[in-house]
Amino acid sequence: MAIGLPHYLTVAAILFTLGTLGIFLNRKNVIVILMSVELILLAVNINLVAFSVFLGNIVGQVFALFVLTVAAAEAAIGLAILVVFYRNRGSIAVEDINTMKG
Amino acid sequence: MTLSLAALGPALPELLLALSALALLMLGAFAGPKSTDTVNGLALAALFGALVLVLIGPAEATLFNGAFQVDAFGRFMKVLALIGAGGTLAMSVDWLKIEKQDRFEYPVLVLLSTLGMMVLISAGDLIALYMGLEMMSLALYVIAANNRDSVRSTEAGLKYFVLGALSSGMLLYGASLIYGFTGSVNFAQIAQAAREPSLGLIFGIVFTFAGLCFKVSAVPFHMWTPDVYEGAPAPVTAFFASAPKVAAMAVFVRFAMEALPNVAHQWQQIIVFVSIASMALGSFAAIGQRNFKRLMAYSSIGHMGFALVGLAAGTQQGVQGVLVYMAVYLVMTLGTFACILSMRRKDGMVESYDELAGLARTSPVKAFMLAVLMFSLAGIPPLAGFLAKYYVFLAAIEAGLYTLAVIGVLTSVVGAFYYLRIVKIMYFDEPAAAFEPMRSEPRVVLAISGTFTLLFFVYPAPLIAAAAAAARALF
Repeated sequence: MAIGLPHYLTVAAILFTLGTLGIFLNRKNVIVILMSVELILLAVNINLVAFSVFLGNIVGQVFALFVLTVAAAEAAIGLAILVVFYRNRGSIAVEDINTMKG
Repeated sequence: MTLSLAALGPALPELLLALSALALLMLGAFAGPKSTDTVNGLALAALFGALVLVLIGPAEATLFNGAFQVDAFGRFMKVLALIGAGGTLAMSVDWLKIEKQDRFEYPVLVLLSTLGMMVLISAGDLIALYMGLEMMSLALYVIAANNRDSVRSTEAGLKYFVLGALSSGMLLYGASLIYGFTGSVNFAQIAQAAREPSLGLIFGIVFTFAGLCFKVSAVPFHMWTPDVYEGAPAPVTAFFASAPKVAAMAVFVRFAMEALPNVAHQWQQIIVFVSIASMALGSFAAIGQRNFKRLMAYSSIGHMGFALVGLAAGTQQGVQGVLVYMAVYLVMTLGTFACILSMRRKDGMVESYDELAGLARTSPVKAFMLAVLMFSLAGIPPLAGFLAKYYVFLAAIEAGLYTLAVIGVLTSVVGAFYYLRIVKIMYFDEPAAAFEPMRSEPRVVLAISGTFTLLFFVYPAPLIAAAAAAARALF
């Protein structure tokens, strides 16, 4: 069986769904949320590169490189905020992020 | 195409902001904490310089193969974003010093996020849109946690980061689908290719709009707003409520109008729903709030709903309505936050608006200005807030969206309740202890904002004409 564009898109869609569910269903740890965000960005990159190859258009791969760069910056800032939060709260459990309620 | 240095001219305001942010970071890092005042002053000067450069710069230009475009629409929104950033930065200097949160990183981060906003407003393709959005948001996540010794501030930063990262992920997934199903990332070429909506394209539009709705804090993507507004230090909240909202709304309008005008009937229903939900939630959920900052969060959700009414119309008149609305919203927000920033007694800041009791007797001018702003936020004629609502509702009626306009008017009546309650507390309740006298920067901002709001109806022509010219640039 030849692997075509739909296969790549399906893999990306599954990864994206897993990432989104990981953020919403996870009740334990903020680190897992950071991993889920990375998963979402990875799904996007698979999409972009697959489209780029099948369209014969280089822009998608350029876009993917930009996404990689931003993902690194995003992870750095997320971890930094998490460290500061941990210093104040002494915990990074999701249920402990509850000082303010509406 | 070779790119000479002179060809970068249209991007001069952005270059100025980028270079000054880098230079000020170096200055702060080498000169240490004592340089904070200098960095603050220079950052304000850089914002002002960028404002001047935007005003005297070329009216129409395209750079970087269409990724960056300068036009009347961008100029209007950039001026608003720069005024919002500059106004809040000027007000925050004293406040942060008193609260011992003054660090040189704050003005640098404000500059960086303003740079992101300018790129966002000028974005001509999906890559520039994403880069601008991330540049703005990454800096905002950090300044939400500016008070790094407070649980509430760091929690606000963490919540903003997690939900913001999720939303940019959704936006990006949508962008990848739009790229795949139209074969281009450029807005004009997407518009060419997107004449026949395919299923993939519609999915892409929905995901991108979800990401953009998050950034303008429209329902159902508003969950972060009240917590972040409450937890972040007050000057940071003032900044969040002003400039980023303007920039996100600008890119929302530009993306919808430049990239997707031919599939408007596909996204119009989404905008109508989001707009109705935001107006309703902004009006009803704010009723139970006592914290002024949290109240302003719900208020801003509601106001974004009203602004989206203009986008839902999808006409040139509608876009003009959005522009006028954002300008008036910015002025009202800056004035209100000037009051919130000066709710200080000897023993520290207070945030509940019950503390405003009897303000009319302890400081009558401030109470009058705040009352004008509250009436205007409620949309009572003849104040500026009424005229802004008038233009968006007029556009909705002329586009045939009668239900939307009627629901909008009804929710603004509900919303009037909590704005008027603040006026009642200030004028008819027994006076509480007086606040410390206002600092000069919030005083100036409040005076300008109150006067503008009060007298806008006398001579609205310049702003309306500028908004009309800006809206014409998108059609």
